[in-house]
Amino acid sequence: MTTPPQPNSSTPALEVRGLWAGYNHTPALKDVSFQVPEGEIVGIIGPNGAGKSTLFKTILELMKPWRGETLVFGQSSRSQRAKIGYMPQIELVDWNFPVSVKEVVLMGRYGHIGLFRRPSKEDRAAAHEALEQVGMAHLGDRLIGELSGGQRRRVLLARALTNRPKLLLLDEPMAGLDATVQHQIISILRALRDSGTTVVLSTHDLSCVSAACDLTLCLNCQVVAYGPPRDVLVEKVLGETFGTHLLMVHLDGQAYAYQHHRHSNGPPSEDK
Amino acid sequence: MQRAFLAASLAAVVCAAVGTFVVLKGLAFMGDAVAHSSLAGMALVYALGGSILLGALAWVVPASLVITYVSRRANVMLDTSIGIIYAGGFALGIIILSQVNNYTVDLFGFLFGNVLGATWGDIIIIGAVAAAVLLVMAILYKEILFTSYDSTMAEVSGVPVRLVQYLMPLLIGVTTVVALKTVGIVLVLALLVTPAATARLLVRRLPLMMATSVLVALAATVVGLYLSFYLDLASGPTIVLVATGIFALVLMVSPSRGVVWRRRSREAISTSVGA
Repeated sequence: MTTPPQPNSSTPALEVRGLWAGYNHTPALKDVSFQVPEGEIVGIIGPNGAGKSTLFKTILELMKPWRGETLVFGQSSRSQRAKIGYMPQIELVDWNFPVSVKEVVLMGRYGHIGLFRRPSKEDRAAAHEALEQVGMAHLGDRLIGELSGGQRRRVLLARALTNRPKLLLLDEPMAGLDATVQHQIISILRALRDSGTTVVLSTHDLSCVSAACDLTLCLNCQVVAYGPPRDVLVEKVLGETFGTHLLMVHLDGQAYAYQHHRHSNGPPSEDK
Repeated sequence: MQRAFLAASLAAVVCAAVGTFVVLKGLAFMGDAVAHSSLAGMALVYALGGSILLGALAWVVPASLVITYVSRRANVMLDTSIGIIYAGGFALGIIILSQVNNYTVDLFGFLFGNVLGATWGDIIIIGAVAAAVLLVMAILYKEILFTSYDSTMAEVSGVPVRLVQYLMPLLIGVTTVVALKTVGIVLVLALLVTPAATARLLVRRLPLMMATSVLVALAATVVGLYLSFYLDLASGPTIVLVATGIFALVLMVSPSRGVVWRRRSREAISTSVGA
C-alpha cells in the first residue's frame, strides 16, 4: 500500500473522511478517506461499480452518505458551491434539446443568477470566456445536437468552468474519446491546474491517467492506493483495484496497462 | 361567436407554449391523463350546480401534485402513477355524472368541447388561468429550461430543481383546464402536442420553437373555428383536425426534417457520389 501524500499546512481543496455511502442496503463506498491538496490533478480510477460516481454525488451533496463527511476547502460543499465546477457523465445529458452551445454554457451561471433575474452582460462574458478556454468559442451558435463527441465533452467542460471554479470535478470525462481528443482535454486541464484550479477526475481508462495526473486514487469501494502514478500504477495495486490480471507495459517513459480476463485455460483474450 | 374565438385563442396560446416542453420531455401522457381525470372535478361541481371550469381546476391542482409525489416518493414509475390517477378520476367522473338526469348532452360538451357555449364567466376564468401560467413560465423560464435539459447539473448549480419538478406537471394540468371549453377532455392532448410538434419540425431553437408553436396553434384555431361554422361541424375536433393537417403538411415539406427534402437530398448525394 502506498502512503498518501502528506498535506501541506494549507487547507486541502477536497477532504473525504470515513465515507460510507450506497443505494438501498448495498454499500458503494466503504470507509473512504483521502485529501486532495490544492492545485493538483487527481485521477480516480476503478472499474465500473467501484463507487466513483457515488463519490462525486456525495461530495456534491446530491445524495446523503451513511457515515462520514466531505469537505471542500474545509467547509461543506453546499456553502462552497460557487467555487465548484462539475462535469457529469456525458450519457446523462439530453443532446436532443434544441439549445445552442452558448445557451448550455450560460446555464452554468443560472444558480449564480438567482430566481427572478435575467442573465447579465457579465454572465454572458463569463460564458464566452469559458468557451474560449476549451477552444469552442467559434461554435457558440451551433446546436448541441450537431456536435461531435469531443465537442460535446468540451461544451460540458466549459459549462463547468463558467463560475471560474477553484475545484473542478469531472465524472468520466474521457469515456469513449479517441487519443487525440483526450490529449486536447488533458492540455486544457493542465492549463487550469497551472492557474491554480484543483482538478479531480474519474476514469476507468488507465492509458491517459499516468500521463495526465499528479496523483492517482485507486478505488474499488475502498481506497486501494493513493499517490503519484508511478508509485501507484503497479501490477499489484491494479490487480487489486480491477480484479483482473493487468500487465503494465512501459514505453517511452510512460506506463500503459494491458488488461485481460482471467482464464483457467487457453491464452488470454485481448481486451483493452 | 366573439367569445368562442377568445376562449379558443387563449387555449391555443397557452397550450402551445406549455406544449413545447411537453413535446421535448415526452410528457404527452401526463397532459392527456390529467385532463381526463379532471372529469371527476367537473362532474362533482356539475352535480352541485357550480362553475365547471372551477371544478376542473380544483381537481387538477391536487391531482398533478399527487402524481409527482407518488412517482418520486413511493418509487412508482411516473407512467404508472399517471395511469392510476387518469383512470380513477375519469371513472369517478362518469359515475358522478350518471347520477344526474339528462347528463348525456353535457357529457358530450365535457368530452369534446363546447366553445360556442362559452360564457363571459368562463372567459374570465380561462383568461386568468392563462395569464397565471404564462407569467409563471416567463418568470421561471431559465429554471424550467435548465431542469428540463439537465436536472443533475441544475441541482448542482443551485437551481430549485424539486420546485420545478412539482411545478411542471402542475402547469400542464392547469393548462388543460384552459383548453377544456375549446376541445374538451379527450382532445386537449392534441392542442398540447400537435402545434409544438409542428414547430419542432420547422425550427431549431427553443424560444423560436415556442413562438412558432403558438402561431401554428392560433392559425389552426382560427381556421378550424371558421370551417366548423361553415360546414356545421363540431368545433373542437375541427380545430384539432386542422392542426393535424398542418403537421402532416410540414412533415412532408419541412426543410431538413421533411420527408420530401430527405428523399431529394439522398438522391442528390448519391448522384454526386456517382453511386
